[in-house]
Amino acid sequence: MRTLAFASRNLKELIRDPMMMIFSVGFPVVLLLLFTAIQSSIPVSLFALDSITPGLAAFGLSFISLFSGMLLAKDRSTSFLMRLFASPLTAADYMIGYMIPLLPIAVAQSAICFLLAFVLGLPVTANVLLSILVLIPTAVLFIGIGLMMGSLVNDKAVGGISSIIINVSAWLSGTWFDIKLVGGTFKKIADVLPFVHSVNAARAALSGDYAAILPNLAWVSGYAVVILAIAVVLFRRKMSSDKI
Amino acid sequence: MKAIVTTDLVKKYKNKTAVDSLSLTIEEGELFALLGVNGAGKTTTIKMLSGLTAPTSGDAVLLGDSILSNTQAVKQKINVSPQETAVAPNLSVRENLDLISRIYGGSRQAAAAKTDEMLNTFGLTEIAASKAKTLSGGMQRRLSIAMALISNPQILFLDEPTLGLDVLARRELWAAIEKLKGKMTIILTTHYMEEAEALSDRIGIMTKGRLTAVGTAEELMKQTGTDKFEDAFVALATGTEAIR
Repeated sequence: MRTLAFASRNLKELIRDPMMMIFSVGFPVVLLLLFTAIQSSIPVSLFALDSITPGLAAFGLSFISLFSGMLLAKDRSTSFLMRLFASPLTAADYMIGYMIPLLPIAVAQSAICFLLAFVLGLPVTANVLLSILVLIPTAVLFIGIGLMMGSLVNDKAVGGISSIIINVSAWLSGTWFDIKLVGGTFKKIADVLPFVHSVNAARAALSGDYAAILPNLAWVSGYAVVILAIAVVLFRRKMSSDKI
Repeated sequence: MKAIVTTDLVKKYKNKTAVDSLSLTIEEGELFALLGVNGAGKTTTIKMLSGLTAPTSGDAVLLGDSILSNTQAVKQKINVSPQETAVAPNLSVRENLDLISRIYGGSRQAAAAKTDEMLNTFGLTEIAASKAKTLSGGMQRRLSIAMALISNPQILFLDEPTLGLDVLARRELWAAIEKLKGKMTIILTTHYMEEAEALSDRIGIMTKGRLTAVGTAEELMKQTGTDKFEDAFVALATGTEAIR
């Protein structure tokens, strides 16, 4: 009950922030329209809808790190979190309360991306639902990254660090170009990090290549669990520290 | 029953002792004011008593529960109005009150009824739908105190509740606090001599982390041989003898 009350407050704070709607939904939508327009003007298949849409859906989720981080860091910067820390809310209540509202937002973001892709010509198949589901661990990963940042730094720093993370995750995701084309150290780094695996898993789900989903999904899920665990530890430490 | 009994409560930050061997007893239903200059240890004392920061040594028992061994039970009985206004900015006045009521375990119906009661008591009904961030400083402070009261706390901590308010808003808050006297135990920190004198049953004066005097305003004036409470405060705040 108290967790849901806190989650409901966080959802209201998030959806009442117009910047969240612009970045998390508007930005990927504009990019999808742009790349579709580019694709229609070139003879080779560079930005085909079945390839670019899962990538843009994953890219949209990276903004979740910005919003979860900002929400927590802003709460820390005001006395509001002090008020809550003096209440009977537990560390688990906080972490679940911050996460719960972000998950439906993440699913809605992906769904909007795919709905637009349908309008632009992506075939309507059940695999789209699977692709959206496969992106959930990616959403958890970015929520965890955000909560980790929000526990460590102030809201201004969250903005700066998030933009680095969003850029790194975009470049190393294989959404805009094939990582194999660059090869070398760049590919090795991309393979170690979870971002390309997020996009690969979503693409595999969409194309019906079910065998390719699990290895990529396991990689992303592993990162998500570890990052979330670190975020929980950092937040618990912050709760008991002298300086919120 | 004693509302608060502290025994040799100490808080150290690196080399600085913020609160030094605080031993104090506050009766149930009492309004106790903690006075002191900046850095005297008032807010640190409130943070320890409300479970926001752990003491370096010593203990405090609030209505039978230790802040060290039974923090959750303590948190259920208390509420805090922090020094800075602590409201959720994007939530309406009603939503802020409802949130706190539900966090303290109130059902949806009970929270709604309690919210209406608080809106009425604190004259917030007309602005119930306004977002907290749009309110004046005085109204935000009033909301902040209403949020601290909505859980029906047995012990209420008011950390400099009238700081930065104009004289009219301050008088209005005084009237609201006056109405609470006897219904719950209130610990009030303040810089304003007249506030402590007008509202409190007893006053404790803190200097450099130590409690240097405790008594009614009259007792403290008599103790220092002064006619004005402000003169008594200056005499006691600059003295070095501690009450044990």
